[in-house]
Amino acid sequence: MSYFVNEKGYYGDFGGAYIPEMLYPNVEELRNSYLKIIADENFQKEFHELLKDYVGRPSPLYLAKRLSQKYNANIFLKREDLNHTGAHKINNTIGQILLAERLGKKRIIAETGAGQHGVATATVCALRGLECVVYMGEIDIKRQAPNVARMKMLGAKVVPATSGSKTLKDATNEAMRDWINNPVDTHYIIGSVVGPHPYPDMVAIFQSIISEETKKQLLEQTGSDQPDYVLACVGGGSNAMGMFYHFLADEKVKLVAVEAAGKGVDSGHSAATTALGKEGVLHGSRSILMQTPDGQVVEPYSVSAGLDYPGIGPQHAHLFKSGRGEYVSVTDDESLQAGLLLTQLEGIIPAIESAHALAYLEKMKFTSHENVVVCLSGRGDKDMDTYMKYFDL
Amino acid sequence: MNRINKLFQEKKNILSIYYTAGYPGLNDTLKIAEELELAGADLLEIGFPYSDPVADGPVIQASSKEALDAGMTLQLLFGQLKELRKTVNIPVLLMGYVNPMLQYGVDNFCKSCAEVGVDGCIVPDLPMVEYEELYMDVFKKHGLTNIFLVTPQTSDERIRKIDGLTTGFIYLLSSSATTGQNLQVSDQTEAYFSRIAAMKLDHPTMIGFGISSGETFDKACKFANGGIIGSAFVKSLDPQDLKGSVHRFVEKIRG
Repeated sequence: MSYFVNEKGYYGDFGGAYIPEMLYPNVEELRNSYLKIIADENFQKEFHELLKDYVGRPSPLYLAKRLSQKYNANIFLKREDLNHTGAHKINNTIGQILLAERLGKKRIIAETGAGQHGVATATVCALRGLECVVYMGEIDIKRQAPNVARMKMLGAKVVPATSGSKTLKDATNEAMRDWINNPVDTHYIIGSVVGPHPYPDMVAIFQSIISEETKKQLLEQTGSDQPDYVLACVGGGSNAMGMFYHFLADEKVKLVAVEAAGKGVDSGHSAATTALGKEGVLHGSRSILMQTPDGQVVEPYSVSAGLDYPGIGPQHAHLFKSGRGEYVSVTDDESLQAGLLLTQLEGIIPAIESAHALAYLEKMKFTSHENVVVCLSGRGDKDMDTYMKYFDL
Repeated sequence: MNRINKLFQEKKNILSIYYTAGYPGLNDTLKIAEELELAGADLLEIGFPYSDPVADGPVIQASSKEALDAGMTLQLLFGQLKELRKTVNIPVLLMGYVNPMLQYGVDNFCKSCAEVGVDGCIVPDLPMVEYEELYMDVFKKHGLTNIFLVTPQTSDERIRKIDGLTTGFIYLLSSSATTGQNLQVSDQTEAYFSRIAAMKLDHPTMIGFGISSGETFDKACKFANGGIIGSAFVKSLDPQDLKGSVHRFVEKIRG
C-alpha cells in the first residue's frame, strides 16, 4: 500500500482539492510547479543552507537517559524545540517562502493557532523582506500574547479571527478568504499538512527533514536507523508527518500519533479527531473531522492552542484508516504532568503540544529497551502562563 | 422542459436572489420564497448554512451562523420546502458547501431536492473532477442541474469544460472575491465579460458577487442574461416587516 499522495492528489480515500473556483488558479499554479521548484538544484541549495545556518539544523537527537530509565526504554528526543523560533514550524516556512519567491509573490498570508507558525512565517518574511499578514483566533491572541508581540515586532500584521470558535479553524477560514480576495500577488503559507492538494504533500516534504535527520542520527548512535516506535503529537499533524515521513514505507517501525483529548474524549471538550470525527471535507480536503450529524464542524477544545483543531491532515486520515499509524489521545492533565516530568528529569521545558506525545509514554509497555523516538516539536516558553497557573508556580 | 431552461428561453434581465435558509427567522424560508416570486424575482437560490463558509463575506457568514444557532439543518430545510411547489413556480436552486451534503448523503440529498421540487444546486467547494466522476450521474438521475462558478482568472479551456458539464447556466463572478463586496466594473471586468460573451457558450450566463443596486443589476444585464444578488438582499431583510422588506428590495432593483 502506498502512504504517499497519488497523481490525483489523494491518499487512499482522503485528500483532493475541495476549493471554490476563486482559489482554483492559485492552487493549480502550485500543483503544477511545487515538485519542479522543490527539485531544482538551486532551490535545494538555498533551502539547506538556510536550514543549517539560519535555523540551526540538524537538530540534535538526544538520548534522554533519566526518562529512559523511568520507562525502561531508550527514549530519544528529536529536538525541534532548539530550532530558531522554537519549533518545527520554521522548516516549512523556509521552504514555502523560497517557493513563493520563485512564483513571484509579493505578499504572504498565514493562519496560526499557538502562534508558532505565525512567528515562523513572520520570521521568514522579515528575512526576505516580504509583506506578512497573520490571521489568529481572537481567543488564541489572548492566550498566546508573547507570540503576538513577537509577530508584531517582526513586522507582521496580526488580524484577529472573530468568527466561529475564534481559534485555529476560524483563522484558517479568514486566511482562505483573504486569498480569495487577493488571488494574484499573494501566497498562502499553510502551517500544517492540511488544506487542498498540494499543501499536505508540500508541507510534509518540507517537514520530512525531521525524519531524514533522525534516521542518520539513529544509525550513528545505535547502529540501526530503524527505531521500534516513533511518537509525535497531532493537531493538523505537521510535526508528526515530518517525523513519520521516512519511516512510512518501513512497516516494522510503529508510528504513534497522539491527539489532544482535552478534558477527556467523551467530555464534550476535546480535540481527539480520530476518536470523535467522521469522514468529511474541511479547509479544502477530504479527511476526518469533528462534526455534527448535519455536517457542521464542531468546535474543538484543548489546553494546547496548537492542537485545538477539529480535523487532521488527509495523509494522517489515510494512515489511521489503513492501520499504518496508531492514533491515540491524552488529556490536558496528562500532558501538563508530562511537561513537568520532562522538565524535572531532563531540564527541558516542552511546549504543551509536544508534552502530549511525551504523556503517551506513560501508557506504553516496554519490555526490552526498545528504541523510541519522540518528536519534541517545540519549546515551552510560550506556555509558561498555562504551566504557572496549572502548577501554581 | 425543466424550469431553469424554460426561464432562460422566455426571459431576459433575469433577477436571481440568494438568501439563507432559516434567516432571519428559522421558519421564514418558504415565506421569503413566496414573497420573492410575488415581488418579481425570477430565480431563487436558497442557501443551506454551513459552519465554515470560506467563500462568503461577513453578511452571509452572520446569517448562516444565526440560522445554525436557531437549529437549521438540511433535514429541517427539506421539511420546510415540502409544500414549495404549491405556491412557488419559479426555479429554485439550493446553494451550500459540500460537507453537509456529504453527511446527508449525496444520493439522498438529490432525492430530497427532486421530491420537494428543487431544480438544481450550487456547491462552490465541490470540484469539477469529483462532480464528474462521483456525483454527476446521481444529479442526472434525479433531474438536477449543477451550476459552476467562473472567475476572471478561469481559463477558456476550463470554461468550455464547465459549459459541457452544466445543464443550467454559468455563474460568472464579477471578480475573485468573497460575497458581499461592491461591483466595480472596470475596463478589466468589461474585457472579461466580453471575452466570455465572445466564446458563444452553449449555456446562458448570470453575473453575481457585488450586485447591490438597480444600477449594478443593469450593468450585469448588459453583459449576461441577468444578475444574482445575495448579501445586499440578506442585509435588507427586516424581521419586523419581512414581506414589506422583500418587496421594497426587489422594487428598488427593478426600478
